[in-house]
Amino acid sequence: MEKRYIYADHAATTAVSPEVLEEMLPYFTEHYGNASSIYKMGRESHAALNNARERVAACLGAQANEIYFTAGGSESDNWAIKGTCDRLGAQGKKHIITSVFEHHAVLHTCEYLEKHGFEVTYLPVNAEGLIDPADVEKAIREDTALVTIMYANNEIGTIQPIAEIGAICKAHKVLFHTDAVQAVGNVEIDVKAQNIDMLSLSGHKFHAPKGVGALYVRRGIILPNLVHGGGQESGRRAGTENVAGIMGLAKAIEIATADIPAKIAKLTPLRDKLIDGILKLPQTRLNGSREQRLCGNVNVSIVGIEGESLLLMMDYHGVCASSGSACTSGSLDPSHVLLSLGLKHEVAHGSLRLSFDKDFTEEDVDYILEVIPQVVSRLREMSPMWEKMCKEGTVLV
Amino acid sequence: MIYSEKVMDHFTNPRNVGEIENADGIGEVGNAKCGDIMKMYLKIDGNVITDVKFKTFGCGAAVATSSMATELIMGKTIDEALQLTNKAVMEALDGLPAVKVHCSVLAEQAIKSALWNYYEKQGVDPEPIIGKVPDCEDCH
Repeated sequence: MEKRYIYADHAATTAVSPEVLEEMLPYFTEHYGNASSIYKMGRESHAALNNARERVAACLGAQANEIYFTAGGSESDNWAIKGTCDRLGAQGKKHIITSVFEHHAVLHTCEYLEKHGFEVTYLPVNAEGLIDPADVEKAIREDTALVTIMYANNEIGTIQPIAEIGAICKAHKVLFHTDAVQAVGNVEIDVKAQNIDMLSLSGHKFHAPKGVGALYVRRGIILPNLVHGGGQESGRRAGTENVAGIMGLAKAIEIATADIPAKIAKLTPLRDKLIDGILKLPQTRLNGSREQRLCGNVNVSIVGIEGESLLLMMDYHGVCASSGSACTSGSLDPSHVLLSLGLKHEVAHGSLRLSFDKDFTEEDVDYILEVIPQVVSRLREMSPMWEKMCKEGTVLV
Repeated sequence: MIYSEKVMDHFTNPRNVGEIENADGIGEVGNAKCGDIMKMYLKIDGNVITDVKFKTFGCGAAVATSSMATELIMGKTIDEALQLTNKAVMEALDGLPAVKVHCSVLAEQAIKSALWNYYEKQGVDPEPIIGKVPDCEDCH
């Protein structure tokens, strides 16, 4: 087997694409003017920002004045949630609805607000990793300030019924925020049609550089200033704009959203071949719905082995992947996402996430499917857990 | 989090993996829920550890510490093996990331647990010799 190098961790981050880099380069060395300056070079930067804002808005079905550039997904999530709660909490609305398997940027922000007098309802997800919109409706109260539900889960790639949740929130006049960091470029997003009031996105997940993102805020919603200072971002987020990064974001989101159906048509068969190939191994399971799933996400549990060992061995064979094991999370517990599906700890420890993009090929799939069985058999051979399971005939999945 | 070259070497080419049939002492520490289990097999002749094998379910550091621990006690006397500390295992591996220190503790415990089993088989009360072997919950 000839060794290949396969980057299968696009849900973690992506490379800046050549087109995006080309779009950005002039803003480092030629058009480096401060967008707040009055002279021509400043005006050019200002014009570039306007242009980028329009382009990002167009990809989401939004208006340019509804887009605020930020440093990324976590910042956008923090701003949307804390900003909304700051404003509505003062009016007595001190209840937030979210889900148990949100990204930590949302979960930890909600936990912070709990310490400051807010009550949070953490909706469960079903065994397929999907939220029931009816649960959202049931949880809404008189004092609900915000519903925040992720568009697509970052670990298991399950796509949530966002339009339904949006319609429910609209009917109950409750603000609805979604963390769409994993969804942009993978699903068709239309913030108006889907009744989304606020949406977070992060550039580096779709080939823009790290450190640039955006928050869509529907016109009419006033968020308190995130950073106090100058008048940048309509005075809401002070600080000289990252013009090059923002231009890169605009180019990247245009490319990412240009032909989503083609991407889905190309990647879905590859994803399913990968899933089916891995599931041929005994005691393995797919985590999360196969149907309501991002076209570039595979998340499986392989019982009897531990995720970090699996990743190190795969890295040795040239495959970059990720896991929800405790050892890779830096905590004692495996991923909260996998546990939310009802997985046992020992099953969650053996999880593997492969995430890929348009450049993924059949050859890549075949190579990964050669590597995984070898690695799994080697790790299972030395696993006392596997040995015990085989002796006792234990079936965990 | 970065592993030393020694850790990676012991992870990719672990020494003494396997089982010993009719082992004189077998110890198992950790549990699947925590994400690491180490099982250690000892062959003891007189007072000397003549063979040692291990099986580990766990992260890269868990495998590497098990492997290193087996190397460090192979051919040693029981007394020497009992004196092996997790710190010595870590040092032999050129260090471990802070979050992985518990893996080295587990390796030390696995040896003690196997020796405990050895003494029990001999009909000797292990506690005065080995002391208490803390369980998995204590190592985190």
